[in-house]
Amino acid sequence: MLSGRFFRPLIAAWLVSLAPTLSAATTLAAVASDFTKPMNEIAIEFQKATGHEAKLSFGSSGKAFAQIQSGAPFDVYLSASEKYPLELEKSGHAVPDSHFIYAIGKLVLWSATPDYVDGQGEILKTGTFKHIALADPSHAPYGVVAEQVMESLGVLDKLRPLFVMGENISQTYQFVSTGNAELGFVGLAQVIDVNSGKIGSGSGWIIPDNLHSPFRQMAVLLRTGAENPAALALVDFLKSPTALAIIEKYGFGLPK
Amino acid sequence: MLNASDLGALYLTFKVASIATLLLLLLGTPLAWWLARTRSHWKGVINAVVALPLVLPPTVLGFYLLVLMGPAGVVGKFTSSLGFGTLPFTFTGLIVASVLYSLPFVVQPLQAAFTSIGEQPLEAAATLRAGPLDTFFSVVVPLAKPGFLTAGILGFTHTVGEFGVVLMVGGNIPDRTRVVSVQIYNHVEALEYTQAHWLAGILVLFSFSVLLVLYTVLKTQPVAHPLK
Repeated sequence: MLSGRFFRPLIAAWLVSLAPTLSAATTLAAVASDFTKPMNEIAIEFQKATGHEAKLSFGSSGKAFAQIQSGAPFDVYLSASEKYPLELEKSGHAVPDSHFIYAIGKLVLWSATPDYVDGQGEILKTGTFKHIALADPSHAPYGVVAEQVMESLGVLDKLRPLFVMGENISQTYQFVSTGNAELGFVGLAQVIDVNSGKIGSGSGWIIPDNLHSPFRQMAVLLRTGAENPAALALVDFLKSPTALAIIEKYGFGLPK
Repeated sequence: MLNASDLGALYLTFKVASIATLLLLLLGTPLAWWLARTRSHWKGVINAVVALPLVLPPTVLGFYLLVLMGPAGVVGKFTSSLGFGTLPFTFTGLIVASVLYSLPFVVQPLQAAFTSIGEQPLEAAATLRAGPLDTFFSVVVPLAKPGFLTAGILGFTHTVGEFGVVLMVGGNIPDRTRVVSVQIYNHVEALEYTQAHWLAGILVLFSFSVLLVLYTVLKTQPVAHPLK
């Protein structure tokens, strides 16, 4: 039979090509959008080191939390806060005591315009801007921290009417980078130039940690990933020197 | 139950939808009339442009609007030079975005209504020495009344239901750009499911009732796309 003769070698070749991937597994991780850049790089190194593949789904921590509660097929959850992973452990969606801090978030007051934001954040008190962007504090951890900073500086009530709110920190960055908001609170990882370790473009003020509560970002192994070797390997890999170096390169603090 | 910011979002949504629908009928009528009558080679191109919001993800429209209407964009530079400032995060910006987003829902039913009138009533009017404007208002408008109703209702409900575009250009500002769909999304993100249910339920009830009127009382056919 012609078709049999023709297809059998093809099928054999396909099976052979499949063989190496059979031992390597795939895992799906829900990742807070502020961790987009480092996580993409970590996933590449992860595949090189272990052969496993990590597929990444980026979005706001709150959305991922709601999705996981409704049975989303994520194995690992990297949240931008401590609240959600602990909740998931309590509700039984995550493996008990699997949570760990993977990074400390750093907030930047940033503008796409050079020399606009000064090194002390004085502009918050004296500036004449029309819009200031932040992530929505009702659900985005970066927004909560941004509000705390403005509160510490005593400018929260004055600035509130100027708020434009991004659904997550990536959208907030978009508002500022397009110049539609003159300045805004974004994550350091979004604006850092990894070669110099400084803010790459525009102007910014890296906000000191003492102006807000500790910004610990927590990850957790989810029930769906408890038996997946790739998920277990990813959790380990996030604590490896390779991953920590990437995390630090993008301007995050390291867990102590 | 609904709190003050929910009510604010509802009020804002209906305000945006009312103004956008009015503008759409004003702008869409001449455009649909031209599309229904013309034999220009441009007809196909304009038809395609009008239909684009039907097939593009709202994020594409929202992203382009954010960039174009921003301080570095063509539209943004123009509005700034006129002294209006830039449009994103403003009520006006929301109206502009809504008009573009709902354009096909108004133009297409009108175009279909105008096309189905045919030549004869217009020729009859011409033999009675009616001028073009007189013909349009005394002959075309009454004959195309179901088309106007469909266009108005679809334009309004579609604007009420817009989400992606508003999220991108609105900035989620209470009482200014935070419409109901965004408010529902916020409630869900903040895990306030009861609040989300209330608003979502109101929207479902509203949209269903309006469409029911459209398809039963007015007996409109669900599919009326004059893409030919």
